[in-house]
Amino acid sequence: MKHIIAVLLENEPGALSRVVALFSARGYNIETLTVAPTEDPSLSRMTIVTTGSDEVIEQITKHLNRLIEVVKVVDLTEGAYTERELMLIKLRAVGKERDEMKRMAEIFRGRIIDVTEKSYTVELTGAAAKLDAFLEAIDKAAILETVRTGSSGIGRGERILRV
Amino acid sequence: METSAPDMQRAPAAAPRTAPNPEPNGSEILIRCLQAENVRYLWGYPGGAVLYIYDALFKQTTIEHVLVRHEQAAVHAADGYARATGEVGVALVTSGPGVTNAVTGIATAYMDSIPMVIVTGQVPTPAIGLDAFQECDTVGITRPIVKHNFLVKDVRDLALTMKKAFHIARTGRPGPVVVDVPKDVSMATAPFHYPATIEMRSYNPVRKGHGGQIRKAVQLLLGAKRPYIYTGGGVVLGNASAELRALVDLLGVPCTNTLMGLGAFPASDPKFLGMLGMHGTYEANMTMQHCDVLLAVGARFDDRVIGNPKHFASVERKIIHIDIDPSSISKRVRVDVPIVGDVKDVLQELAVQIREAAARPDVKALSAWWSQINEWRKRDCLAFAASDTVIKPQHVVDTLWQLTKGRDTYITSDVGQHQMWAAQYYRFEEPRRWINSGGLGTMGVGLPYAMGIKLARPEADVFCITGEGSIQMCIQELSTCQQYKTPVKIVSLNNRYLGMVRQWQQIDYGGRYSHSYMDALPDFVKLAEAYGHVGIRIDKPSEVEPALREAIRLKDRTVFLDVQTDPTENVWPMVKAGQGISEMLLGSEDL
Repeated sequence: MKHIIAVLLENEPGALSRVVALFSARGYNIETLTVAPTEDPSLSRMTIVTTGSDEVIEQITKHLNRLIEVVKVVDLTEGAYTERELMLIKLRAVGKERDEMKRMAEIFRGRIIDVTEKSYTVELTGAAAKLDAFLEAIDKAAILETVRTGSSGIGRGERILRV
Repeated sequence: METSAPDMQRAPAAAPRTAPNPEPNGSEILIRCLQAENVRYLWGYPGGAVLYIYDALFKQTTIEHVLVRHEQAAVHAADGYARATGEVGVALVTSGPGVTNAVTGIATAYMDSIPMVIVTGQVPTPAIGLDAFQECDTVGITRPIVKHNFLVKDVRDLALTMKKAFHIARTGRPGPVVVDVPKDVSMATAPFHYPATIEMRSYNPVRKGHGGQIRKAVQLLLGAKRPYIYTGGGVVLGNASAELRALVDLLGVPCTNTLMGLGAFPASDPKFLGMLGMHGTYEANMTMQHCDVLLAVGARFDDRVIGNPKHFASVERKIIHIDIDPSSISKRVRVDVPIVGDVKDVLQELAVQIREAAARPDVKALSAWWSQINEWRKRDCLAFAASDTVIKPQHVVDTLWQLTKGRDTYITSDVGQHQMWAAQYYRFEEPRRWINSGGLGTMGVGLPYAMGIKLARPEADVFCITGEGSIQMCIQELSTCQQYKTPVKIVSLNNRYLGMVRQWQQIDYGGRYSHSYMDALPDFVKLAEAYGHVGIRIDKPSEVEPALREAIRLKDRTVFLDVQTDPTENVWPMVKAGQGISEMLLGSEDL
């Protein structure tokens, strides 16, 4: 099952590599991983999307907590949360495709952020599943390039992760 | 102990500095940190990147540096010292090959959760990443085998980093911490301030166990019909031996120790069932598979202890697991009552609550349980056929125990058959007397461990029970023993085979003894003598006891006993890899 794990950790060199090394050393999956400093520059926040049995997820959270630089770990999927991912996608847009691509971007509430005679670049934000759905809806041959950030997650309402 | 360098070496460099700098340099700061931590011994090996640190060492007198012959042994010796004393062991090595040689030692300490600080030299900060001479990515290489590591890029961070390193190494689940110090950092100056205490928002190990969980554990233990207490290295590391003994006495239940836990509970106590696991006793393993409530303390259900986890889980039993590391709980075996906390605190609390509880242990059920256990004991699984003509390795360990019992004696071992015989036939009464590499299983630790322990416990006898394979992996340290006058006794069970490999090849690989025969062995007597020690070769069973007595009598000499043992002897009982722990082979007749 898919889990979204949020981690607060010291913003220090090497902290990211400790997390990544933990996953590879113990054979855990990483589907996506995002990290950036928080409003407090001494802390970074990481969102890790992973899959595994309940036992594996329990071990992942325990081992993350065991890392000296990790301050807090929360499995967002244990409660209510929202997730967002950003995708930039460059689409072939020639002739009658141009209208079709523009229409698709609008349906998915994407924004066209770069236009040339032959292509559109669309910025699309949403849950990972929505981005997947967009890719499904577009003619494969028209996709020239994609780049995705990986999911960032946050708890709903009063679920707050901070020091 | 006279270990200072000859005066003629010291004289030229002892000239006073003309303009003393009011601020210490990084190397002096490092030394002051070690002094603040009451470090008495430092095992190390100099090299380019640590020359400033060695210069600072030269100018002080409180810390004794031991020059080993290979960096691996520096870490092992400091590790052995830590295991015997409970203090943080400290080693110092240079950059590049100094670090890579130390890696085996660091990994060994990590697998057994030994508190250590390893200071490593690094090339100067401007040279990092440029493939400089003797450069390696120390923090990257050691990351998976340390509790934590640091690269100190600014001399102003050095003292605080050292404080953190010692704090992290000795608290929570202990472990080795590497502090990588570039050469320019060890040269640059800064004000020295060593904080008395430290707070880290990201590191706060739990001490006290959860009250509700402890109450559940008390209920289970008092309601048990077939209880069992299984304890590991955590009880030794947590200095909880007295609390364990009190709890076992209070409940009147059987107790077993893992390889790492031996000595936590006295072997002479009738409630002790011996070691459990792959080469555990029949009664210890059968009790494990038939108990209804299992209290695991500072142990981690590893593969050498419980065998096949599916087989282990195939019977109904309630498991209570006390461990300071949450990630050790429910890792290989699902537990019913997890208690995260310091084993000493939790065992104390358990005893208090058991005394206060209305319920009492079920005496009738316990009596029946003990009858069953005593039936298993009658198999006498450690009995061995004595011989007048060929030396049985078990006989050597048994004789050593007979000669040294009642005296404070430390036993180190290497890895293989001799290690198992030492664990089975030397009956440990006290914790921290049995020093071996359980987790990583590192051949070559025995001699450096003994060396480190002898410095900590000069009055005690320190024996290294080893084999002719293992001893050759760090045999160069015989030289260090001579220089620092650390008289240790090496009992090498020489069967001319890598015995445990040969045993597995006999049992599982059709007797094809692929590269497990040690041809062209050195004359160990002459080798010991070449290093300035006493060497004794023993060929007959009748010579074993006199030779061991002689080794003990030669109190101030390192003695190497080359004991020619039965090359065909196997370690019994045995649970083959992948089998359940009650599926035991008790001897060659079971093959």
